Formats: sequence, C-alpha cells, structure tokens
Amino acid sequence: MAAAVPPSATCAAPRRKRLNAARIGVYAFLFSAALFFLLPLYAMITTSFKPMDEIRMGSVLALPAQFTLDPWRNAWDQVSVGFWNSVAITVPSTILPILIGAINGYALSFWRPRFANLLFGVLMAGAFIPVQVMIYPLVWMMAKAGLFGSLPAIVLVHCIFGMPVMTLLFRNYYASVPHELFQAARIDGGGFWRIFAQVMLPMSLPIIVVAAIMQITGVWNDYILGLVFAGRDNAPMTVQLNNVINTTTGVRLYNVNMAATILTAAVPLAIYFFSGRWFVRGIAAGAVKG
Amino acid sequence: MLARPFSLNRFTPHAALLPMALTVLVAYIGAALWTFRTSLTASRTFPSEKWIGLAQYVRLFDNERWMLSLNNLAVYGVLFIIACMVIGFLLAVFIDQNVRGEGLLRTVFLYPYAMSFIATGLVWQWLLTPGSGIEATVQSFGFSSFRFEWIIDQDMAIYAVVIATVWQASGLVMALMLAGLRGIDPEIWKAARLDGIPAWRVYVSIVLPMLGPTIATVFLLLSTAVVKLYDAVVAMTQGGPGIASEVPAKFIMDHLFLRSNVGLASAGAVMLLIPVLAVLAPYAYARSRGFGKRPRQKGHA
Repeated sequence: MAAAVPPSATCAAPRRKRLNAARIGVYAFLFSAALFFLLPLYAMITTSFKPMDEIRMGSVLALPAQFTLDPWRNAWDQVSVGFWNSVAITVPSTILPILIGAINGYALSFWRPRFANLLFGVLMAGAFIPVQVMIYPLVWMMAKAGLFGSLPAIVLVHCIFGMPVMTLLFRNYYASVPHELFQAARIDGGGFWRIFAQVMLPMSLPIIVVAAIMQITGVWNDYILGLVFAGRDNAPMTVQLNNVINTTTGVRLYNVNMAATILTAAVPLAIYFFSGRWFVRGIAAGAVKG
Repeated sequence: MLARPFSLNRFTPHAALLPMALTVLVAYIGAALWTFRTSLTASRTFPSEKWIGLAQYVRLFDNERWMLSLNNLAVYGVLFIIACMVIGFLLAVFIDQNVRGEGLLRTVFLYPYAMSFIATGLVWQWLLTPGSGIEATVQSFGFSSFRFEWIIDQDMAIYAVVIATVWQASGLVMALMLAGLRGIDPEIWKAARLDGIPAWRVYVSIVLPMLGPTIATVFLLLSTAVVKLYDAVVAMTQGGPGIASEVPAKFIMDHLFLRSNVGLASAGAVMLLIPVLAVLAPYAYARSRGFGKRPRQKGHA
C-alpha cells in the first residue's frame, strides 16, 4: 500500500513550540486557509435556507433571518429522479468493476499469463487518455449494439473506464500477499476460480472497501459519461442538476439551486466524512500508479 | 513458471482476463485508432469514408474557437498546476508542524475533493455572481465601489474557473504531500537542528528534493486533470461569456454532439493526446528505469 497519511503526528514532527510568534503565524495561516475552504460550504448551506428576497438583499455571510425549508422541498422535486438514476447507475458500476479488477489483479499477480503485463501496461496508459478520444467510437459501437442511451450502456462505460485503477489496486494488494499461500492452495488442488473465491476474496476486504469508496465517489461525481451514454431517462444527478440550473431561464432561484447542489454532493461528502482515512488511502493508492 | 502438476484448465487465466483484453483492444486501442482514422476523413454528422488527409487539422488550427480554447488551456494549466502545488505544499508543511486539530484541518482542506466538478462549479458560480455572492458581501461591508465580475468578463472568466478548481483539488495535493513529508526520515530533522539550519532552508534544500517522486505524481495527476477540464467549465460559465472560457475538451464535445462535425472533433481529440503523451512518456520512462524487471515486489503501491 502507499504510505497513506499516518494517524496523527506519530513521526517527524520537525520542531517543537519554540517561538510563539512563529506558532501564531502557523495557526493564522491554517485558520485563514480553513476559512477559505469552508466559505463555499457555508454559503451553500445558509443560502439554501433563505427565502429569495433575503438573498437579494443581504450578503452570503449572513445567517438566514427567515429560516425556510421550501427551497429543499423544491430542490428535491427537481433532482430526485436524478438521485435514483445515480443510485441505479452507481450500484452496478461499483460492484462490476471491483469484481473485474479483483479477477484481473489476481490473475496478473499469481498466474501471470503471457502478454498479460503488456495488456496491463496499455490499460494503465489508457487511464490517462482523455475520454474524448474514445467517446465517439464507443457511442457508435453501442448504437450498433442497440445499447446506447440505456442503463447497461452507462454501466459498461463505467466498467471500461474504471478498470485501470481497480486492476491496479488489486494487483498491488495481491503483490503483498505471500506467494507461498497461493502455492499451498495450488498444491491442495485449488483451481483458478476456487483459489480466487475461497482464498483471495475473503482476505481482500480492506482493499475492496478502498475500491468501493473510490468507485462510488467517482461514478457519482461523473458528468461527461452520464451525459453522453446514459440517455435522457437515466441521466445521473450531476447531469440533471446542471440542466436544472444552467438551462433554466428567468429568475435564478439561488436557494433552490444551492439545496439541489448540496443534495447532489451529499453522497460523496457523506462517504468522505464517514470513511475519512480510507478515502485518503484510496486516493493515495490510486494516485501512486504502480 | 513452475511445472503444473495436473494440467488444469491452462487457459482459465486467459479467459479470466478477457474483459481486460477486450477493453484494451476494442475500447482503448481500437477506439483511439478509429478516432485517428476519422480525423483524416470528411466526416460530418456521420462517419464518412472520404479521405481528406490532414485537412481537418488545417481547419482546426484555422478555427478561432479552437485556438482560443488552446490558449485558455495553456493559461489555465499553468495557473492551476502552480496554484495547486504551492497551496497544497504550504498546507502540508504547516499541518506538519505538530499543530492541534490536525485531523479536523485535513478534513476541511480535503472535503472539496469529494465534490464533483459540477457541484464545485455551481457553488462558485453562485459565489462569483456579480450583484450577489462575494461582490455583494464586500459591498455590504461599505466598499460600495467593489467589483468582482470575473465570471462575466471575457478576459477574466478562465481565472474564475482556476479559483474554483484550485479550491477543489489543492486538498488532494495537500494529502499526497503530507504523506510524502511523513515518509521523510526524522533523523534528517534532528541533524539539521543540531547544525542550526533554519527550518525553511531544510524544506527548500532537503525536503523538496526528497519529495521528488511525490511531486512528479502530483504533477502527472494535475496535468491530466487540466487536459480533461470540462465539467467545471460547463457548470460555471458554459464556455462563456461568448466563447471566452472555451476549452479543448468542450470544443470536442460540442462538435461531436451539437455541431455535427465529427471529423473536426476527432482531429481535436487526437491533438489532446499530445500533451498527455508529453507528460506521460518521461514519467513512464523513469518508472521503467526505476522499477522495471522486478517480477514481484512486496508492499509497493
């Protein structure tokens, strides 16, 4: 695993509290930085509870004087279809890529068939190619297959583009499993699938959690693939949100817009706040390409 | 390989890798070649077989909108990468000073990264809307002549996108840099302190060079994010005002799906490969020199 952020300062705290002025400087910097990072969240939340005339009059920093839940009801009416579409897309688009990634990683780490590493190399390179290079041919192929604009289409696309990082995660994870364990299972007569299902999968829980966090947040936050492949009826929440806000003519209801934006960001934010260190471990592992 | 005692299905591993093989051959290589081929044809609404050589590329570079989007990408890319690196590094260094509430601070700096570019773009669009958001707030403090209209200013809109995306991504840089800092041998700090070297010098002369691999990774991540820039622009400015904040990824998407010019869009997509390869090739080379040929390594991610 990559060296994820260790729990609190166990090591290498370079210097102690010496100069008070320096400590104050450190805290002042961190405090102002934290304010900058929190400002949009604060503005989003307060705006979503204000009636429109209060928004027109006052500043984004003011707390709601007339607290109202109407924007939230209105927002949910507008994006709830997208919410359930996103759920329907995210569930299979998390399970399938993880399964394929685990099988790939397992085959690459223990069986090492010929040409497999070459394939893997190309797969990893593919992770960096902008999707625009692949998008039109994929649309064409799916149209030919009669899949375009359907739930299976968008799930398939998430499998294709999720595969590199999922495979990488599992390959690196299985690389740290003692090879003797695999050989013992072989000697006991285990075949390819049996060793996978009975030996490898049960010990993969930590990496499955990391992979699931990455894939859920990635798929939920996706816009471009959902826009192109999901079709109007299956449009994920990000696409619907952008349509609601950016194609609405007339008066912009900022309070409703902000409530809808919070609703769209809620799932990945909840995962982040509850899974904390796992989330960081996931991005670190995904970032440090093997 | 070890001799297989009982010749079980020798091809099961190959069969198991079939999804990967199909993805690589059809979806990655096949589709990329197809796009390249299309870029050499007169395709408009539908793919055409009519071969026209490099004419689409000539048209592309005659296209004002494409040239503007390249220019925006260059300006955006330089600012975004530098700002994310500097802010992320500073946050990591300051957090690493044994401060109180470290966990809370890390959470605060990283949470924007969990948000989609669409949500990020919409929030910042609201904050930067003239007449409300930040402008109105500063005015309400008594600075009634204060103007902050970047998002509707042709010359400044792309900088508004920089602000929003730096806000979104610099926490990621912080997390990776912090992991790198924590991986540095504490002995170095002790030795530097004994020698009376000021901390900032240690950071500049010793720590930064030691963070080389982390910085390379961060640079790679950020530069691929630059090339992919699309969602945030769509959400914040829709490429506007006019076409002032157009970027290549959006140019390609618009020409593929709205303007029915598949040939031109394919040429643009092929051009996007060049910066990616330019960044990726040296990185892959360094990796292959550093890590290659070892059949299996333990505990390396």
